[in-house]
Amino acid sequence: MTVHSFQEHFDDLIDREVTIEPKDWMPDDYRKTLIRQISQHAHSEIVGMLPEGNWITRAPSLRRKAVLLAKVQDEAGHGLYLYSAAETLGVTRDALYDQLHTGKAKYSSIFNYPTLTWADMGAIGWLVDGAAIMNQVPLCRTSYGPYARAMVRVCKEESFHQRQGFEIMLTLSKGTEIQKKMAQDAFNRWWWPSLMMFGPPDAESPHTEQSVRWRIKRLTNDELRQKFVDVTVEQAKVLGLEVPDKDLKWNEERGHFDFGVINWEEFWNVVKGNGPCNKQRLETRKAAWENGQWVRDAAMAHAEKRKARKETAKAA
Amino acid sequence: MSNSNKSEWPLWEVFIRSKAGLDHKHAGSLHAADAEMAIENARDVYTRRMEGVSIWVVESKNIHASDPDEADSLYDPANDKIYRHPTFYNLPDEVKYM
Repeated sequence: MTVHSFQEHFDDLIDREVTIEPKDWMPDDYRKTLIRQISQHAHSEIVGMLPEGNWITRAPSLRRKAVLLAKVQDEAGHGLYLYSAAETLGVTRDALYDQLHTGKAKYSSIFNYPTLTWADMGAIGWLVDGAAIMNQVPLCRTSYGPYARAMVRVCKEESFHQRQGFEIMLTLSKGTEIQKKMAQDAFNRWWWPSLMMFGPPDAESPHTEQSVRWRIKRLTNDELRQKFVDVTVEQAKVLGLEVPDKDLKWNEERGHFDFGVINWEEFWNVVKGNGPCNKQRLETRKAAWENGQWVRDAAMAHAEKRKARKETAKAA
Repeated sequence: MSNSNKSEWPLWEVFIRSKAGLDHKHAGSLHAADAEMAIENARDVYTRRMEGVSIWVVESKNIHASDPDEADSLYDPANDKIYRHPTFYNLPDEVKYM
């Protein structure tokens, strides 16, 4: 087959909603875009452990502590599923880590905000994981097999994350006046960054069209954001908390909530590295990797020694 | 001993039997120094919710796979043998239990 007919064959598979697998021919741009998207997602899971890790030792009860530990452990797992999906495209794990640690690769900007109170654990689970689920569910049907299968696993596990967050918010909002205030404060701080998680508006998202064509994106940023607003506003009513947006109102004609203007200047500023915690997150992540080097070396040396010993025993 | 080279732990493919009586099924992959560690890591990465009763790990370099570009010729021999399926045969309605 010529490159041209390879391309035609690939386009045909995409159009017929057939899954692309690692050994199938694929255009370079498809491969590159997938590596970028999957690894960014993996990095987000790994860095996403840090804001919550901050509260594990200070969780208010043993139950909350066990739950938070399990959630953070899931995030490590999700990062690992996704890294190995990315590796099927021919990039090494070390190269991916290197891109994260040198700042070449991005991760979700939401994790560059600080977690100031226990209520932030509630708001993150409810809003940040809620937004992530909105993003991820359509990706279970993405065109690249290993990615789609990783996302199925992630989505199955993620729904407990959102529920535990909502439960924390519910408990606080039904608690004392101070607790309710704490929940509202966390809501106020996490609402807008959560809306930014869906990325820039469609008009300023030049790759959307190609990605939708390739089925590595199934809904546009604005469509997902609207869906998130519509369901979350109703959930906030159950909590008895106020959405921090004075322009929010139901639009009968559209059948959706209208909402206020997002501060995209803040978004780009955080993306560029100037958020409240960018530096701290990257340094913590790098230190964890570097301080673990001796463990990785020791495990490898141990494995080699055991293998050698086994071979000597066999030869004798 | 200072070992500053960036040598990765080998990559392993993980197969999980979800319950007694079923086949092992590919779950994903992971890095580990040896087989024992691969099994322990597989437990933590792929069975946090009791998804398995048995784990196989195989170093990825030992997996040999067919080439998708040759699928047409590879599966060609079975292509024209519909008589291998029971529905190929016409039986009178009176015949029962066959």
